[in-house]
Amino acid sequence: MTAVTTPTKKPVTRARPGQSSPKLAYLPIIFLAFAIGIPLLIIVVYSFLEKPSQGTGVKWVFTTENYRALFIQEKLDGTTAFDTRYIKVLWTSFYYSLITTVVTLVFSVPVAMWIATREARKRTLLVALVTLPFWISILIRTYGMRQIIADEGPIGKFLGLFDISWSILYSPPATILGLIYVFLPFMILPIYASAERFDFRLAEAAYDLGAKRMTVVRRIILPSIRPGVISGVALVFIPALGSFLQSDMLGGGKTNMVANVIANNFGQARNWPFGSALAVLLIILTLLFVLIIQGIAQRRGDKVELV
Amino acid sequence: MSSTKTPSTKRGKLVNLRNFPGFTSTSWFVMFFLYIPLVYVVIYSFNSSRIGSIWKSFSVKWYGKVIENTDIQRALKNSLQVGFAATILSTVLAVMAALGLLRMQRAGKAVAMALIGAPLIIAEIVLAVGTLGLFIAVGVPLGKVGLIVAHTAFCIPFALLPIRARLSQLDMAPFEAASDLGANERQILRRITLPLLSPAIIAGALLAFAISIDDFITSFFVAGPGSTTLPVYIFGMIRSTVTPEVNAISTLLLLFSGGVLLGSYLIQRKRR
Repeated sequence: MTAVTTPTKKPVTRARPGQSSPKLAYLPIIFLAFAIGIPLLIIVVYSFLEKPSQGTGVKWVFTTENYRALFIQEKLDGTTAFDTRYIKVLWTSFYYSLITTVVTLVFSVPVAMWIATREARKRTLLVALVTLPFWISILIRTYGMRQIIADEGPIGKFLGLFDISWSILYSPPATILGLIYVFLPFMILPIYASAERFDFRLAEAAYDLGAKRMTVVRRIILPSIRPGVISGVALVFIPALGSFLQSDMLGGGKTNMVANVIANNFGQARNWPFGSALAVLLIILTLLFVLIIQGIAQRRGDKVELV
Repeated sequence: MSSTKTPSTKRGKLVNLRNFPGFTSTSWFVMFFLYIPLVYVVIYSFNSSRIGSIWKSFSVKWYGKVIENTDIQRALKNSLQVGFAATILSTVLAVMAALGLLRMQRAGKAVAMALIGAPLIIAEIVLAVGTLGLFIAVGVPLGKVGLIVAHTAFCIPFALLPIRARLSQLDMAPFEAASDLGANERQILRRITLPLLSPAIIAGALLAFAISIDDFITSFFVAGPGSTTLPVYIFGMIRSTVTPEVNAISTLLLLFSGGVLLGSYLIQRKRR
């Protein structure tokens, strides 16, 4: 096995003249093991510990109670009942992220294709316009959206002229709108990167050879932008699943997503072990989604790099 | 037979495959959607009225309030200190990682990439509470040192992105030539590698700085009461009393972010 792979692998690791020693990477790896690896490990360990009778932190007693508490509620009279609250929280996060992904995708494909077919000068400007929000604080962008959709904001005032009442702030649609708003550039940019490389003469050739317009879209254009679509779906769905600010600022606490419940358990609720169990569940869901995306990309033969 | 005619006239009309119906209007709508909340915040930062949603008259008084606000000054100072420290540390570590990983064995490389990529994939809230747990466990006081450590960690993947991209495009000939001519590893690093990588290093550093300055969730959990950063302070302002002061400070931050982006664009353009 190694004998077969040697000729292709060896040059990668062999000391090429002039290249730095791999020892250079040791310090960053040790640092990241401390600052990223250990925090993740701590979350896993805490999820199997008990909550202290008072104060914050953990009590070093092993228990699987935190995972049980995700699904089963202990009533005051000692009976137990199936508890759907946290399943609902997870479902809400999943469902909101899914809607966000679908809506951003539907809008991003036309936008990315449109930008890709403009002339070079205009294209640079348009790409900069889509990139700029990426550099602006998500907190401020979410705040801006809140001002727009507030009851007495511009939409509310406009509709007020026709005596139509407007009140969506602090509701699920407001949270979803905020997610769409914040993550839209994450979908447009990778699709644009694929569309920009597409040679539109291929589409014209297919058309000239007798393909119908929809066939050209389905068989020539869409397969060419698929790597961008897959990257975009991952770049929107993954952060949306763990998003905190949108449901906090726009959902008004009524529409809790999993990140808000985790934050609450490490904050006011003071139940670190239970918050950790939820965090572990969120990690598992995220990794599961990454595996699915990579599986799809691999089967299609697309090169999609998430990291 | 129709084959004697050209294909496009065969169907009676010329079809432009580069323009689909509705794409232009959709794109304008999306651009409008992306910018209208930001424009609204900027416009209302000049509103003299105390009630955010009612326009009274043009005024810059909220900017005066922002500048006079000592809490904002302190938060800005904290943000800048943490941001600069995290930018320098994460960029240095990213350069080291990028160069070292080139020659690393498969297994070590996989572990390193998993650690580097983790902040991009795992929800920030999870890393934030984990980092809080770590700091409490090892007794790191919640404050600037902890903030710098946490920010450095999640800035590394962003600083690394442009550096790795540039490294993969580099022509190896100058390295081999230098080595053949007797330069040692340190000389090659200082005289060839770093100068060739410098545009990417600057781009990576700017990205890291922007990410650090904008961070909310991690800072919210590990800042502690004494070292509140600007986003955490703004979040508190939005939660308690929304005065037009929030619009003014947001506008200043927008200008700042735009300036950083413009700076990185100009640097990359100049080097090309």
